[in-house]
Amino acid sequence: MAGIHIAEVSKVYAGGVKAVNSVSIDITDGEFIVLVGPSGCGKSTLLRMVAGLETISGGQVKIADRVVNNVEPADRDIAMVFQNYALYPHMTVYNNLAYGLKNRGTPKAEIDARVTEAARMLEITQYLDRKPRALSGGQRQRVAMGRAIVRKPAAFLFDEPLSNLDAKLRVSMRGEIKRLQRRLGTTSIYVTHDQLEAMTLADRLVVLNGGRIEQIGAPLEVYHAPASTFVASFIGSPAMNLVKGELHGDKLAIGPAMVGLNGFAPTSGTVTVGVRAEDIRIARADEEALPFRLEYAEELGAQRLIHGTVGDQQITAAVSPEIELAPDMQIAFDASRLHFFSVDTGKRLPGNLPAEAKLAPIEPVV
Amino acid sequence: MVENRPFLTFLTHAFLILGFLVVALPVYVAITASTHDISTLMSGPVPLLPGSHFIENYSTILTSASAAHGLPNYSHMALNSLVMALVITAGKIAISILSAFAIVYFRFPFRQLAFWIIFVTLMLPVEVRIMPTYKIVADLGMLNSWAGLTVPLIASATATFLFRQFFMTVPDELLEAARVDGAGPLKFFRDILLPLSRTNIGALCVILFIYGWVQYLWPLLVTTDPGYYTLMMGMKRMVTVQDGVIEWHLVMAGSVLAMLPPILVVVFMQRLFIRGLTETEK
Repeated sequence: MAGIHIAEVSKVYAGGVKAVNSVSIDITDGEFIVLVGPSGCGKSTLLRMVAGLETISGGQVKIADRVVNNVEPADRDIAMVFQNYALYPHMTVYNNLAYGLKNRGTPKAEIDARVTEAARMLEITQYLDRKPRALSGGQRQRVAMGRAIVRKPAAFLFDEPLSNLDAKLRVSMRGEIKRLQRRLGTTSIYVTHDQLEAMTLADRLVVLNGGRIEQIGAPLEVYHAPASTFVASFIGSPAMNLVKGELHGDKLAIGPAMVGLNGFAPTSGTVTVGVRAEDIRIARADEEALPFRLEYAEELGAQRLIHGTVGDQQITAAVSPEIELAPDMQIAFDASRLHFFSVDTGKRLPGNLPAEAKLAPIEPVV
Repeated sequence: MVENRPFLTFLTHAFLILGFLVVALPVYVAITASTHDISTLMSGPVPLLPGSHFIENYSTILTSASAAHGLPNYSHMALNSLVMALVITAGKIAISILSAFAIVYFRFPFRQLAFWIIFVTLMLPVEVRIMPTYKIVADLGMLNSWAGLTVPLIASATATFLFRQFFMTVPDELLEAARVDGAGPLKFFRDILLPLSRTNIGALCVILFIYGWVQYLWPLLVTTDPGYYTLMMGMKRMVTVQDGVIEWHLVMAGSVLAMLPPILVVVFMQRLFIRGLTETEK
């Protein structure tokens, strides 16, 4: 068990491409950290640098207070779960689990005990004599996790481990990974591009974009107070609506419509206004509303997503399926639920924390 | 494929049978010729039906025939051929799998250059390189030795190329998983790559054994000592008689016997052979 300290780590590829740009994350013992971002954001590269599969161009990685920049992966006391499982195809499940221990000269009796225990924990005991080829995707995934568990490492590193599974299996394996990590209390770094996976698994999320950290925080912090328009549009489904707005004193103009803000306006002038689909409602007759022109609706069962425009800006709202649809509707939202971002930098403007987020402290973004 | 077209069935079978006849006829003639006595063979075209001298011809070739041509015993030459074929097979596989491993998994200067130089030798048949090769072997004093017979034939661009292509299909994640599991390069080679290459090695064994077995020109050049004669050379020498009659019945019997070891290798390794060519274990 150990913390992992990533200090100003960079990765520069030959040709000068900066895949990871001066990233710092402090991970405490037992914490479950999820690195999330679109493809090419450097999340996998960062993980592989922690694993030792990729050289570190700048900065320092410490595992359990030991600088491991030049330490072989095998000696870093980490275990990794790969996207394609990377099981040894010619070995039985038992040998797949035992291989790492054998290489470390672990006594046979102990190998046997650890493999048996891990197999029981993952419910793969009856497959121990099979080859990976004879297993289903979910079972292979378990074996891959078993291979990590038997080593009892200081940290688990997961590289998009669920992306090859079908949607249903992904949800159940997600739960299992979380349960297992809680039970073992092992520090974990998990890489995914799936924001739902990130939200559900993480103790803390690290949102990466273009090799830089956009925001670090607990899932709900990130959800309720995204630090930038990038985070706002990446975390949450459907993506947060981001529209151009004009602040006039305490009034907000979006397209042709104007609504009052009840003192929530953080500044004045042109801003990017963010509002989550579920924070939009159909306006009551007596309130200030925005004219909404419906384009199409998506049925989700519990909810109905309506897509349309206010003025010339795209808006998606999540409404109850009982609401009657019409080509022209009136929508409204609470001013306290709005997010304001700078038009120039995309950064969140100071002084606009939605109600829930005020409860939790916000991690400063480096 | 579900198809019910009688004419096509007929046509495909016709082609198959025709192809079979073209390929098999010479072999069939060799077998029938080996069962007749010399006077039958010399008196006209080779009969297409087997004769009655099967046992006589085969026992002669196995016991006394070669001595008459100043050749070692048939079994001695067969053993020479076998040793040569086996050494070449084992050597080729060992050398080529290791060089492919180096080329694919290590980063060192001139790595690509080394690969291309190996690859270029694919373009030249042994016969073209035979003069310089002979010169080198002669200068090293390896004429009339096992080393001279086998070592120059061991370098194999084909096998290196095949292993390289196979190694490149092995997912990188497997190497990474092995590294995290604490396997160094040689351990990875022994524990992961070698078992995965098993079917490829099997297929190559068959091909390379036959390659070694049918070598004719090279052994002819480097050996003058009859003790190193191989079957292929022996058969050839029995055909080139100065004055007198070529003992075709014995030559054919010897040739048919010489076909047996490769056939046995193919039959017994067939399962492995076919799997190696078609199936990859991933």
